This record gives sequence, C-alpha cells and structure tokens, in this order.
Amino acid sequence: MTGVLSLSPHVASLAAEGSALTTRDASGASAIGWLMIALPLAGAALLLVGGKALNKIGPLLATALSWASFGVGVAVLLQLMGMAAGERSLHLNLYSWIPAGKLDVNFGMLMDPLSMTFVMLITFVGSLIHVYSLGYMEHDPDKRRFFAYLNLFIAAMLTLVLADSYLGLFLGWEGVGLASYLLIGFWNWNPAYATAANKAFIMNRVGDLGLLLAMFTMFATFGKLDFASVNASVAGAGKGTLTIIGILLLVAACGKSAQFPLQAWLGDAMAGPTPVSALIHAATMVTAGVYLIVRSNAIYTATPDARLAVCIVGAITLMFGAIVGCAKDDLKKALAASTMSQIGYMILAAGLGPVGYAFAIFHLVTHGFFKAGMFLGAGSVMHGMNDQVDMRRFGGLSAVMKITWITFGLGWLAIIGVPGLSGFWSKDKIIEAAFIGEGWRPWVFGLAALICAGITAFYMSRLFFMTFHGKRRWTDDVHPHESPLTMTIPMMVLAVGSALLGLAIGPTGIITDWLAPVTGAHEEGEPVIPVPVLIVLTLLLVAAGVALAWMRYVRDAVPVVPPVGSLATRAARKDLYQDDVNEAIFARPGLHLTRGLVFADNKGVDGAAGGTAALIGGSSSRLAKLQNGFVRSYALTMLTGVVAILGLVWVIQ
Amino acid sequence: MSSSFPWLTTIGLLPLIGAIVVAALPKAAAASARMVALVFSLVTLVLGIAAATQYKSGSTAQFQLTETHSWIPQFGVSYALGVDGISLSLILMSLVLVPISIFAAWKDVDGPRARGYFALMLSLETFMVGVFAATDVFLFYVFFEAMLIPVYFLIGSFGGPRRQYAAVKFLIFSLLGGLIMLVAVIGLFQQGPGGDQGFLVTNLHGLRMSATTERLLFLGFFFAFAVKAPMVPVHTWLPDAAAESRPATAVLLVGVLDKVGTYGMIRFCLEIFPNASKWATPVVITLALISIVYAALVAIGQSDMMRLIAYTSVSHFGFIVLGIFAMTSTSQVGANLYMINHGFTTAALFLFAGFLIARGGSRKIEDYGGWQRVTPVLAGVFLIAGLSGLALPGMNSFVSEFLVMIGTFSKYKVAGVIAATGVIWAALYILLLYKRVMTGPKPERAAVADLGPREKVVAGALIAIMVVLGFFPKPALDLLRPAVKTTLQHVGVQDPAPTGAAVDGSHN
Repeated sequence: MTGVLSLSPHVASLAAEGSALTTRDASGASAIGWLMIALPLAGAALLLVGGKALNKIGPLLATALSWASFGVGVAVLLQLMGMAAGERSLHLNLYSWIPAGKLDVNFGMLMDPLSMTFVMLITFVGSLIHVYSLGYMEHDPDKRRFFAYLNLFIAAMLTLVLADSYLGLFLGWEGVGLASYLLIGFWNWNPAYATAANKAFIMNRVGDLGLLLAMFTMFATFGKLDFASVNASVAGAGKGTLTIIGILLLVAACGKSAQFPLQAWLGDAMAGPTPVSALIHAATMVTAGVYLIVRSNAIYTATPDARLAVCIVGAITLMFGAIVGCAKDDLKKALAASTMSQIGYMILAAGLGPVGYAFAIFHLVTHGFFKAGMFLGAGSVMHGMNDQVDMRRFGGLSAVMKITWITFGLGWLAIIGVPGLSGFWSKDKIIEAAFIGEGWRPWVFGLAALICAGITAFYMSRLFFMTFHGKRRWTDDVHPHESPLTMTIPMMVLAVGSALLGLAIGPTGIITDWLAPVTGAHEEGEPVIPVPVLIVLTLLLVAAGVALAWMRYVRDAVPVVPPVGSLATRAARKDLYQDDVNEAIFARPGLHLTRGLVFADNKGVDGAAGGTAALIGGSSSRLAKLQNGFVRSYALTMLTGVVAILGLVWVIQ
Repeated sequence: MSSSFPWLTTIGLLPLIGAIVVAALPKAAAASARMVALVFSLVTLVLGIAAATQYKSGSTAQFQLTETHSWIPQFGVSYALGVDGISLSLILMSLVLVPISIFAAWKDVDGPRARGYFALMLSLETFMVGVFAATDVFLFYVFFEAMLIPVYFLIGSFGGPRRQYAAVKFLIFSLLGGLIMLVAVIGLFQQGPGGDQGFLVTNLHGLRMSATTERLLFLGFFFAFAVKAPMVPVHTWLPDAAAESRPATAVLLVGVLDKVGTYGMIRFCLEIFPNASKWATPVVITLALISIVYAALVAIGQSDMMRLIAYTSVSHFGFIVLGIFAMTSTSQVGANLYMINHGFTTAALFLFAGFLIARGGSRKIEDYGGWQRVTPVLAGVFLIAGLSGLALPGMNSFVSEFLVMIGTFSKYKVAGVIAATGVIWAALYILLLYKRVMTGPKPERAAVADLGPREKVVAGALIAIMVVLGFFPKPALDLLRPAVKTTLQHVGVQDPAPTGAAVDGSHN
C-alpha cells in the first residue's frame, strides 16, 4: 500500500491545480462530437414514431446510424491521438441544462482517453451487434421496435461515458437502464420475462439511489457536479466525506454492474434476446460501474477506506459468479454468471487504486470482445437449436456449426487466459496487481483472484465442452445448422479481437500510457509472490480446471437430467439462494406492508379524517341524506360564512 | 408596474364568457358544445402566451401585469390581480391543460348534457386563473371557494358509480379547510394595516405580530392548503374524487386545483408568516416525508388504477411541500417547477389511463393484462407517462424532483435521504402497474382499436411537453428563479454554503 499512499498527495496536488490534464475547448472533429449521441438517438426516435412504414428499412437505418456514430468516434479519436498526451482532453459545452441558481448544470461532453476508449468499445461492438441482429431478429414481427431500442441504448450509453458531469452521466445511466428494461422485456408476453425486466429496473434503482446520494453529498460539499470541479475540490474535502461519496458511488456501481449484493437481476436479464445479452448485459452497460469508479479516480485515490470496500465487493462477486457459473445448465445464465465474475475482477482492480485503474479498463475492453463474441455464439447455437438453452441437450455441435465453434472457442481460450490471447494479458495483470500491497490484503484479494482463474477455466470449459463436444444429446425436433453470414461475420470479427487485442495493446504498454492522463501515472509495484511464480501458478490452475472439465463433461457422459448434486451444487444452481434471501427480507414483508397500509388507509386514516369532517358537517349517517339537497347546504354554508365575516368585521371595528 | 391592458382579467373572463355561450347553446346545437369550448380555451391559451411575452423577467416589482380596483373598500377588499414567475407559470400550465383536457374529454358526454359538462370545465378555468392571479387575500379566498362549485358538479353529475359519495366527501373536506382559512383571513386583516387596501398581499408583508397570533394564523392557512394539496393524513378525499371523476376532471382537479394548496403555502404561509413558517418547518417536513413514502407504498397496493395514480400524486405533493419548506433556493425552484411538471405528468397518466378504461370498461387493474399486444401505441404512451411519473432523467419530473431532493439534502441530510428513497417506490408503483396492465399474453377479447388521431394529438402534445421540459427546463427555471429569490427574502433565510473548500474547475 505504500506505493498507493505515497502517490495520493501527488495526485491530489495535481488535482488542486485544476487537473493533471489540460482541457481545451473542442474543435475540429470533436466539435461535432455531439453527433455520436445524436445520430443513434435520432434513429431511435424515428423508428418509434415512424410506424409500420419503417418496418423494412428501419433496422438497416438503425444499423447505419450506429456505424455512423462509430465513424464520428474514430474521427475524434484520431484527433486526440494527434495531440500531446497531457492535452488529450476536449470539452464541448452544448447548452445550459439546469440553471437553478445555486445548482447550475450545463450539458457538456468530455472527450478524453477514458471516454473515447468506451466510445470505441460501445460503437464498434454495438454496431457489430446491430449487424448480427439483422440476421437474428429477421423473423421477429417487432424488429423495428427492437432496433429502435438498440439505437436508444447506444445513445444513452454514449451519454453516460461522454457526459462532463455526474448529472449528465446519470442521464445516460438511467437511460441505459431504460433500454435494458425495454429489451429484457422485449418478449414480455411471457410474464416471467416481464418480471425479469421489472426486477432489473428496480434493483438498478436501488443502485441509482446511491448515485443520487453521492451527487447530493457532492453538491453539499463542493457546490458543483461537474467532473472537473469535483476533481479539483477533492484536495480540500474531508476524508470522511470522500469515503462516504466513494461508498455511495460503489452502491451505484453494484446496481449497474450486478455486483454483490445487487447482483440478482443479471441472471434473469437473460430473458432478453441474445444480442441484447451480448451488448448490454455483457460487453457495455454492466461495465458502467467500472467506468464510474475509474472516472472518479480522484476521489478513490484520496480515500483508501472506500477503495477497500470496492475491493471487497469485487472479490466477493468474483467468487460468487464463478461458483454459480459452475452449476448452471442454461447456456446464457452460465455466461451471465461468468460476466458477473469477470466484472468482479474489474471492480477489484479498480479498487486497488493507481496500480489497478488502467488494468480494470484493459480487462473491460478485452472482456467486451470475448464475452460479446461468446454471447453471439450462444445466440447462434440457439438459432440452430430452436431457441433451446439447456446445455444438457447440446453436445457435439462442433461438427455442424464450424464457424460458431471456432469463434466461440477463441473466446473460451481468451477468457480462461491461454498465453498469447487477450484474457491472458488483461486478467493476469489484475491477478498480479491484487498481490501488491502489505498485510493481509494482497493475500486475500490475490488468492481470490488466483483461485478464481482456475474456477473460471473449469466453468468455461464445462460450458464449451457441454455445448460443442461429447455425445449429441439433442432433442428429436432440432436440426442444428450454421447461422447466416450477417450473424457469423460479427462473430468472426469479435473472435479476432478476442485473440489479438490483448497482445496489441497490453504488453506494448499502449493502454496504460493512453489512459495515464486520466487515471494518473500507472504505478508499478512488487507483488508479494514473484511475477513468474504467479504466472506459472495461474497456468497450472487453469490447466487443472480445463482437465477437470474435460474428465467430467467429455470423457464421462453428461446426463440429460441434472443429477441431484451436492449441497454446494444445489446452492450454486439456485444462485446461492440470492432470490430466496431477497424474497424473505424485502419482497414478502414489502407485500404485507403495502397491503396493510392500504387497509389502514381505507379504514383508519380515511375513517379518522372523514369522521372528523362528518362531525363538522353533521353525523355520517346524515351525510347520505345531505347528498340530495347538498347544493342548498352549500349555499347555506357560504351564507353562514359571509354572515360570520360581516359579524367579525363589525366586532373588530 | 401597471399594464395598460388588463391581460389577466381578459384571460380570466374569456373562459367564463365561453362557459355562458356553451351553456346557452340550443339543444339542437349541443353537439357543437365541445368545439365551442375548445375554441374558447385555445383562444385563452393564445392570450395567455401573449400576456407572458409582456412579462419582464428583470423587473424589480414582485408582481407584474397588475390591475388594482377598489371592490369593497369598507372591508379593505380590492379586485387586485398580478403575477410573479410562480403564478404566471402556474397560469400558463392551466391554460395548456384545459384545451388538452377538453379535447381528451371529447366523447365523454353525449347529448344535451354535454353543454353543462363543457361549460363547467370552462368556468373552472376562470377560477383557476383568478386564484393564481389574485394579489388580494380576500379575492384569493373567494376564488378558492368558488372553484369548489364547478368541481362539485363535474364529479357529482358526470362521474363514476360512486360519484355522489366522492363529490360530497370532496366538498366537506374542502369546506372544512376553507372555513378555517376564512377565520385566519379575517384575523390576518385585523393584524394588517387595514384601510381600503388592507387585504393586498403586498400590504401584508413584514407584519409585526405576536408569535402566538402569527402561528395561529399560519395554521389556519396551512390547514386549508394541506387539505387542498393534499398531504397525509388529510388526503383521503383525493383518491375517491379522482377515481370517480372523469379523467379530464381528475386532470384539472389534481393537476391544477391541488396546486392552489402548495402555491398558497408559498404565497401566504411563507411570505406573510415567515417566522411561523420556520417554527412549523420540522413538523411540515416530517409530514411531507410521510406523504412521500406512505402514499407511494399505498399506491403500490392499489387495485384501481385511477386511485393508484391519485396516490402517486399525494406522494409527489409530498416532494413539493418538502421543497417549499426546506427553504433553500434550489429546493424551492425545484418545488415550483415540480408544480408545473406534475400538472403535465398527472394529466398524461390520468388521460392515458382514461383511454385504456374507455376501451376495457373497467378501472380494476386485474381486469387487464397483455394490452401491449392489443394496443401497442397506447401501451407506449402509457409507459412514457409512467417514466415521467417515476422521474426518469430526460423527462420533466426528474429535473424538479432532483432539485427538491438535492436542495433539501444540502440543509437537512436525513430528510434528503428519506425523500430520495422515493425513486425506488416510484419505480415499483409505475412498473408493477405497467406489468399488470400491459404485459403478459394477448388477452382473449374482442378486438379494440388502438389510439385514434384525436387521442394521438392529446398524447403527442403531453409527451412533447414532458420531454422538452426534461431536456430544456431553462425557460421555466428562468421564470421561477427570481420569484423564489423574492420569497426567500421575505422569509429571510440564506442558502447553506458548500462545506468543503470548493474549487470551480468547470470549463464553462
């Protein structure tokens, strides 16, 4: 921790001078940066309002607009890359949004290395998934609405990462929540899916409450909500206040990124069409919590206590997701558990502070590629298997779905961290960073990260083998086939990214240098276990995980009906009883409470208030009689009133 | 600042003339009642906008477009009108909502009775303008009570099965509040400077009275406004009245008339009784918080969708009252904006629910399900109204709710936190309602048509207003900011300063 602690005053002093980074007004390509958001937003509005006339052209239009947004993003990125590292921060002030006096919030965009990294991920993967959806949703009667929501999501997600203030971020934050809600419930004729959508929105609102309270505290402390002012004011704020803000922001991150204890919605969110799971519930939206923490690095760097909380949440979720992932037979839910676990890695890295911020984002980007790729692969499998998701009914698909098999395979190898592929570079860096520090922390966080690498290898191999290898356990009515090119091309592109992206930007130092102006100079530290030993240990655990999965799911036959399983397996299948806990603590008491209050309101409060009123107007039984001649009574009351006034005035004078 | 043209009287009088014309239509021409009413309300709106352009935001006078005539000089009563940013924005909101409501109510009543229905709506508009424009306490009281008459008949004659019960309950609660206020009105006059303009609001500012007198008078006004607003525990008339009303009546009742309560708290309680207001603050804030949470929880458990929407309003009025009594400039700007936003959001919720009820023939939530498959456009606009109700950023209500909460938090941390839990309760009552009504398998029933052109105009107008006020609330905020500053000067409170050594690093 010494490295971290010695860095804090340094960063703080930089922050006090304004920012480690010189920010300029946007010019050139970045002056039209607002188009990145406006294009997909216009697409969403057009497709929703346009009606049936756009049924055919709408999906293509939405896809084109998403690519156009990517194009603008590339132009801005090139402009940034052409500038000196310390000046890569462009600000675009759009308009005065909430000029409420003391609180005065402008709508502005901040284009810096961190936000543009996200823009690239969101628009590139997002556009690929638009293309994929052209094939996947081809026969859905409501596909125009689907593409409208996808475009809405892109616009909201870009607002989230491009906003220059916490309030602007919050607009995107709840905007992606809305898009997520709409898309999880896209097939809400199924009541379970409608419930899943509600669950996602409502649990996210608990997290959003954290973000709101964080903003309230910022306003009470700093009087401002824009990143630049908050960052600049951190040095003058009390440690306790900063810790509170840090923990409130963590609550927000827990909601959006499905981290413990607000994780329960993500598995159910798989009710959405698979491209949605790939884009929103794997690659981008669920990583927004990591963005929030890294964006607030000035606050977190100054408060080790809040960072410790971040690390604890990340470590718990990392293991939680990995354990649940081992027991799921539903292909998408297994992938969702994996997503939770991988984001746990990112959150853990972010909590480590300056040694981890850049690695959190690095893993976020590579994960965006390989997890999106695998989800699209899962969609391709479902496409060929009559929308089945039970892996016990898969097996041996490698022969009939060659492209899906290979692209999925690259994603699998990447996530388990096979040397050379993307996950090896990004995840192993987090494991190493987790071992840096003093006292009990490196051992607890490091070992959690290390052991979960082995578990990840097991559950991902289990998933891969059960789906593509071993005996065919298909139901009689399926005739699996490879998916059309609109679907396989995006899968291939993402597979290339899964394979090579890590190598390209990791060991070359590109990603750490690129992010340094935002996250502060990247701190190197010495892990408590030497790095070469860690690499060997990690690889041994991974090999063991793969071998175990091979023995159980390729060598041994996979029963079509799940065996009863051990106590642990049964707990993991039920997501470690997360829903039962929420049900018992919140849902059921809540139901009784609202029912009780409705009863009390109708009988008690109304009775008391109504009774008092009736006493004045006469007895309550007379009330009914009054109804007929009430106009006269009213006139009488008015008359009484007037007489009373005149009388009083006379007395007063 | 006197205006040469009596804008406010004209705006107030025009609907009354319209009401008389509509009521006097021959039986044979009853079918044209709604068109005549719509035209009158639209012309009134145009005049209202013209009046607003005459309003100077930089003026130092508290009220503009003023008209003052002696009315009953023996009792100090004047016919005095005038607006500040708060009342002008409320009047404009009312002028927008009336034609929308009339258009939405197009097919509510057939035959000769339509004349009475639309005439009552127009006459109500007159009183709405009057009550917000009155700058004489007694004149305000007259409008405050006169409003009850058209509403009573709108509910009692044109409402649902239990309309008589609901109308009487509404009247008794309102009269009780009104009578107590009347006593306070007279008492206030006695404390004031007296004379033939003794009831003018501007003559009643900064009065010196004993603490007990001030508190008693404050309570007299506050009780009436709390009933009107309504606040828990004197809210129970509202769900009945709103549920038994026609949706358009519910809009005018909850969206506009109830604002008289919260408006009155600012104009009379805070500005005339500043010390008593500060004295009562802890209790009022507590009641507001109870309103927010309690009404939201009760809303979640409702089985009648009109009652559900009514309870959401009680919760939202809790936010408005909280913002007023937190007495920071941010929270009060938020509360005033909330009054405007709530008018449109509630209108959307009641009217769109009304569209649904007109098709499904029931207010019971359990009688629905899967309607997104039958009427997708109606489901879509209903969801948008709901999103405004749960204060999603980008929608109008978010801005105001956020300002209320953040302004309150800067002074009262615990209250701010409790109020903020409202975002969770709101998500529950809106999304559970949407799920139960709109999602699920396609219902087995005879086909019904989706929204028609008229309904689309109503929905489109309201949604456009909600989105514009969500992304560009600046015009409204510019109007409200100076008025709030004046109010807080009357009360004599300062905003809390940021606790940290804040640095302005913004790039703007």
